[in-house]
Amino acid sequence: MSAHARIEESRVDALAASAIVANSVEPVLRAENLTKQYGLATVLSEVSLDVLPGEIQAIIGENGAGKSTLMRILSGYVEPTEGAIWMEGRQLSFLRPSEAQEAGIALVHQEILLADALTVMENLFLGRTLGRWGLADDRRMRRLAAEKLAEIGCAVSPSAIVGAIPLADKQLVQIARALLDEHKVVIFDEPTAVLTGEEVRRLQEVILGLKSRGIAVLYISHRLDEVQQLADKVTVLRDGKLIGSYPGRTLSQMDMARLMVGRELAALYPEKASKPSGEPVLSVRNAHVPGYVEDVSFTLRKGEILGFAGMIGAGRTELFEGLIGLRPARASVQLDGKPIHFQSPRAALDAGISYLTEDRKGKGLLLQERLAPNLTLSALARIHPGLYLRRSREAAAIKEAVAKYDIRVKSYSARAGELSGGNQQKLLLAKVMMTNPSVVIIDEPTRGIDIANKAQIYAFIRALVTEGRACIVISSDMQELIGVCDRILVMREGRIRGEASGDKMTEHEIAFLATSEVVGPIGAGDLM
Amino acid sequence: MTLLADLSPVRRIREFNLTWSDVGPFLALVALLVIGFAINPEFLSTTNLANVITRSAFTAIIGVGATFVISSGGLDLSVGSMAAFITGVMIMFMNRLAPDLVGWAIPAGMAMAVLVGLFCGLGNGLIVTVGRIEPFIATLGTMGIFRALITYLSDGGSIPIDRSLRDLYRPVYFGTVAGMPIPILISLVVAAAGAFLLYKTKYGRECSAVGANEDVARYSGISVVRTRTVAYVIQGVCVAIAAICYVPRLGAATPTTGLLWELQVITAVVIGGTALRGGKGHIWGTIAGAVILELIANLMVISDLVSEYLVAAVQGTIIIIAMLIQRFSK
Repeated sequence: MSAHARIEESRVDALAASAIVANSVEPVLRAENLTKQYGLATVLSEVSLDVLPGEIQAIIGENGAGKSTLMRILSGYVEPTEGAIWMEGRQLSFLRPSEAQEAGIALVHQEILLADALTVMENLFLGRTLGRWGLADDRRMRRLAAEKLAEIGCAVSPSAIVGAIPLADKQLVQIARALLDEHKVVIFDEPTAVLTGEEVRRLQEVILGLKSRGIAVLYISHRLDEVQQLADKVTVLRDGKLIGSYPGRTLSQMDMARLMVGRELAALYPEKASKPSGEPVLSVRNAHVPGYVEDVSFTLRKGEILGFAGMIGAGRTELFEGLIGLRPARASVQLDGKPIHFQSPRAALDAGISYLTEDRKGKGLLLQERLAPNLTLSALARIHPGLYLRRSREAAAIKEAVAKYDIRVKSYSARAGELSGGNQQKLLLAKVMMTNPSVVIIDEPTRGIDIANKAQIYAFIRALVTEGRACIVISSDMQELIGVCDRILVMREGRIRGEASGDKMTEHEIAFLATSEVVGPIGAGDLM
Repeated sequence: MTLLADLSPVRRIREFNLTWSDVGPFLALVALLVIGFAINPEFLSTTNLANVITRSAFTAIIGVGATFVISSGGLDLSVGSMAAFITGVMIMFMNRLAPDLVGWAIPAGMAMAVLVGLFCGLGNGLIVTVGRIEPFIATLGTMGIFRALITYLSDGGSIPIDRSLRDLYRPVYFGTVAGMPIPILISLVVAAAGAFLLYKTKYGRECSAVGANEDVARYSGISVVRTRTVAYVIQGVCVAIAAICYVPRLGAATPTTGLLWELQVITAVVIGGTALRGGKGHIWGTIAGAVILELIANLMVISDLVSEYLVAAVQGTIIIIAMLIQRFSK
């Protein structure tokens, strides 16, 4: 979103003026001046919202804009500090999700919240088992489950064990669960994040089906193309404030991005490499990771940032976990022209290949530990050559890392879990660099962190390769890849489907390669 | 674009912020001594304390090993029957050598004990790590195996130490060095070595990391299999050291030797502040925990407040309270 997202203030003003002011139809759900404060931080500030029956309303905004907080308030998971909610003219005062459900509001969560050990049917009816005289009525539940699954086009059997079905089907089961009862408002929190082309299309059909039955849909998505196709109304949040609600399809994707960001973005991404990339550093031929990756070959050059794009489940993470010995894999790999094969992450680290995981809290950092032990965990032998640990060396290392990567900490003895997401990510980057790698693989460099930290991390990544290293960036954020990388490879279903570089490094090209089908118009709307 | 600084500058590099799990066991120990003195001044006499702490030495020594296993995210239920098995093998070995070697049979027996302990620990470790079996189940299995082996070796009776060795071996439990009972000295040495290993070496750091979050450790290039297996080997060696000290006190290995020690040990580790879910281990806390357990038993015997038949109930209550404190002090 670098150069082309430069804001013309007048355009933003003009857009703001086009916001919807009043409705002629009585809203089914009305939120008035919702405010949420956590301590001193205000995450939502006087947001008002009208939802009409049979309306698809998209809520868009950057990370931290307050979308999820707003949705959690509306569905009873979070209590607002101030403000009121009306449902069909009756004021609600719910404190619990069950009360919101009774009032007719359902939330489809972003995370999968299903019991893996139970069947699809048991999950659908969890907490509301149908039965007579204390006995579960399995036959009736199975019939209803089958009906509901068929309705949303989910092919799994009601008696399948949830742990054994694919992620996308789990998401559909979760949607089926939310739609089991009749609701007046259904909230979808980024439902398509884990779905691929065909499933996204089916979900959109489900949503249009809800609309045709007069049910209102609130839809949070980062995919502006979807928003443009589906939404009757687009509501924009920024920094916890309501920017406005706009009629759908009058906004281009660029307009939406402008409203979401609302400020100069030119400096978000660093300058690209001025000189062409050097000699090959890492060359991978015919990589296979059983169950995930088939026959992948690529070459990484010195001084280059190579992007890996694709949908979740395309096998990008698994490819690199396989290459560095975190999971079983076959490949012929050459590092600096010498053939190598890594049996363990240790061997890869020692050879100079470092991997930064996408899951910083689960796999990257020991949240209960202090900063220094986290920083040095993968480089203990390098920092402490002798028999025992030297505190002074650790202290010097963390001091240097905090300064170099601008990690904002209250004290050096803070625990990693006390840092903000952005600072955790910078600590993790510092940790990955402790082994002094020549190849750095970064999986989702900026997931869930704010824009200021994002810009810093992009600059650090560019600095790594300017120093003569080579870097691979895996990301689900296409704009990020376009902004940061010199060249992008696109994966789908475990294979590389193409390369986007130079003029072809566009979202449309990447999306095309990642899905191998133009995301077709469902309602109306045109692609940009 | 402006990058706003939202935090104050970094403060000094070293800070001591102690938590309840760091100091709690020692505070409890002091409180117990004060209560004991109030009930019966005889409680604080050197003789009584030396007796009590000597008795706690086995729990303490095995507890040091258990601190490694538990902080690496494992558990070992087999320590009690492993101690009995090692004692049995050791005594049989010494008795066999005694006619030829006389006194030298004892160090040979001790070396044998350490070797057997090492292999028992290695077996436990490999079953858990390479075999990928839950530590609870794996060591429940070996617990039964070791117990059956000692019953078999002793033919259901007892394996007494040879007469010619009894007096020579006696000082290992009953002797003193500079007034300090030898088992106490040994447990202090074991604890100091354990603390050095756990807090000051790369292995110790890796052990805690594996216990705190196996995935983070794996992604940081640490071999989880090696680290956990080594923890079980350390546990096995600690059990052997405890068994070596224990031989003179009983004079024989029997099928009931070391019965329920695993519960004593796990209790000592947990009230010492080490979390059962893994992560940070507290070696000195474990020592304090072992002493606390014996002090309570002693207090119940020398006072008439509660019947000494309820010792196990009181210890059970303490482990539950310790867990509750760990949960709610978070």
